[in-house]
Amino acid sequence: MTTSMLRAGGAMLLGCALLLSPVTGAAQQAKVTLRTGILKVLPERLQPISRMDEAPEDLGFAGAERGRDDNATTGRFLGHAYETVEAKAKAEDAVAALDAMLAEGVRAFVVMADAETLLALADHAAEAAPEALIVNAQARDTRLRSADCRANVLHVAPSRAMLADGLAQYLMWKKWDAWMLVHGDAPGDVLMGEAYAAAGKKFGATIAETRVFEDTEGMRRSDSGHVLVQRQIPVFMQRSPEHDIVVVADENELFGAYLPYRTWEARPVAGDAGLRVRSWHPSHESFGATQLQRRFEKQAGRYMDDLDYQAWLSERVLGEAVTRTGSSDPAALKEYILSDAFEIAGFKGQALTFRPWNHQLRHGVLLADGRTVVTVSPQEEYLHQRTRLDTLGLDEPESDCDLN
Amino acid sequence: MRLLSSAALAAVLAFAAGGAEAYTIYVTNEKSNDLTIIDGDTLEVVKTIDVGQRPRGITISPDGKELYICASDDDTVQVFDTATMELKHTLPSGPDPELFVLHPSGNPLYIANEDDNIVTVVDVVEHRVLAEIPVGVEPEGMGVSPDGKIVVNTSETTNMAHFIDTETYEIVINTLVDSRPRFAEFTADGQKLYVSAEIGGTVSVIDPATGAITKKITFEVPGVVPEALQPVGVRATKDGSKVYVALGPSNRVALVDGATDEVAEYFLVGQRVWQMAFTPDEKFLLTTNGNSNDISVIDVANDKVVKSIQVGEQPWGVVVSPE
Repeated sequence: MTTSMLRAGGAMLLGCALLLSPVTGAAQQAKVTLRTGILKVLPERLQPISRMDEAPEDLGFAGAERGRDDNATTGRFLGHAYETVEAKAKAEDAVAALDAMLAEGVRAFVVMADAETLLALADHAAEAAPEALIVNAQARDTRLRSADCRANVLHVAPSRAMLADGLAQYLMWKKWDAWMLVHGDAPGDVLMGEAYAAAGKKFGATIAETRVFEDTEGMRRSDSGHVLVQRQIPVFMQRSPEHDIVVVADENELFGAYLPYRTWEARPVAGDAGLRVRSWHPSHESFGATQLQRRFEKQAGRYMDDLDYQAWLSERVLGEAVTRTGSSDPAALKEYILSDAFEIAGFKGQALTFRPWNHQLRHGVLLADGRTVVTVSPQEEYLHQRTRLDTLGLDEPESDCDLN
Repeated sequence: MRLLSSAALAAVLAFAAGGAEAYTIYVTNEKSNDLTIIDGDTLEVVKTIDVGQRPRGITISPDGKELYICASDDDTVQVFDTATMELKHTLPSGPDPELFVLHPSGNPLYIANEDDNIVTVVDVVEHRVLAEIPVGVEPEGMGVSPDGKIVVNTSETTNMAHFIDTETYEIVINTLVDSRPRFAEFTADGQKLYVSAEIGGTVSVIDPATGAITKKITFEVPGVVPEALQPVGVRATKDGSKVYVALGPSNRVALVDGATDEVAEYFLVGQRVWQMAFTPDEKFLLTTNGNSNDISVIDVANDKVVKSIQVGEQPWGVVVSPE
């Protein structure tokens, strides 16, 4: 055990030395350096019901670091260097953490926070450092892409609307168009439930009934919990109208995983349990994704999660703009990122670009069960005059945001 | 549409059989871990042999005696004796070899190792690694200049064509191209380099002397969504007059006029077309169609798709023995 760990450490050191040593005639002294502040606001959440879903300590940060190092590999050939400054903070300390980074001269940020904190950070940055650019790698709230959009924020995280639309398209393709909708009573669950209902309406599904799973804080696991759960869930799900599938919104993973195999009717479950809708999955191998999976796993020593992917992609968006503009000035980067010239490959099978009206990165979503990716939405039958990716989330007329 | 009348096909095949030396077509099947061997005269499958796991890149020595296959999931390059189709030996390839190119002299072999951001140079006679050259993120495409002085590697996430001096192993030029460059092809006169960008949807035409992009070829097919037009493999005829670009999930191959570098025509082939190879007489161009498990045969002189040949699962690479 110890020997193999030492070996692993040695290999990592070698890898670092390789990166730092001058490489051929191509390595150049850094003429441009991008420093990115990686800020994670610690969520106050209960333990998920499966211990396999417990968040690793470096969740998100590991993705940002992989993105930084990918950028640095490219930067060697161009004289561009990349650094990250990391911070974790509670919601009430987030603005102070941002200020500390601003004081160090950091002007580009990848933020992993809830919507309320993200807005506080964006508004504070707009006052304190108007040129600063914030990339939202976590908050899924659709309102941030609509009435509560901000000019200094780019969204790499998919919105709830994008995720729900991605699921709806596949369920319609399967002709599973009668849904039993179940959501928790936490604010995020209510919003996700609304997103699924809106997606159902948009793509022609019927919501047979909506049920609220209340008091989720009492649902934590215990020694013999399965005995109770096995009896509770069928009771909760009985006397439901005819439906093809149960769609569940449970963002904090407190009850959704109890639905599969325990429902009254024998129906599949999708949403936040069963067939889950995500931006990334460790088994995703299409479009060359295996290369990123392996690169990440080698560095982080674990599988890549959605938040890691979103943080990686946030760093890559900034890095791609530095590569193409030769600048680390956040205003120049933002202008390029929102221009027609910008595109980035994110292992989703097509170029990813930003929606100019609300600064949302267009990307496909994965539908995956516990072990494999079932499909990638948008489904090819859903067409759009601009790009099929705009069938996911708020299209221009649907958004109250006009940053054009 | 894809099939000629049997009489016309027979005529084409008879012409091929009468006009050319015997040659053999080799196709790697990424998913079924095997190699399909096709007779160049009859265009019929003669044999399928098991090879290493996830075979992708494939090439052949200038004398036609040794066949090289990237067995990506076995982290090795397998070398087969084409006379017996026995595995002769493996080469130290570095991890996850995907594509490679042989020096025009037949030695060394330049391999893209996509997991480690390096190009590995291997002596195919002494079976040893001569150099490891750090390149950009996810190295993939490999091209060699006709004089053998420059090897070009494309890096899919860095989005560059790296020009490597084959004597010093130093990168002498880096050219930024569009997203996810997959393939690099020199013209036989060494005057032009074509680099495809799968996600960018373009082929950059590069002046190898300076590394400057002189033109970007774009693609448009009515009724096909633009994001499906994903350029991967590129092959140019020896006289440079015809350049073919495989367009992935659009199931099309574009014919580009080598004089103007404008698209002249699109051919409908099998599904998800990636790599291509000419027969030595340049009568036919063969395309690997990964999702329909076949190869399409394009008649180069008559600009027609004349045949499709069923192979293994997910054909990836194709090479034809020299005359």
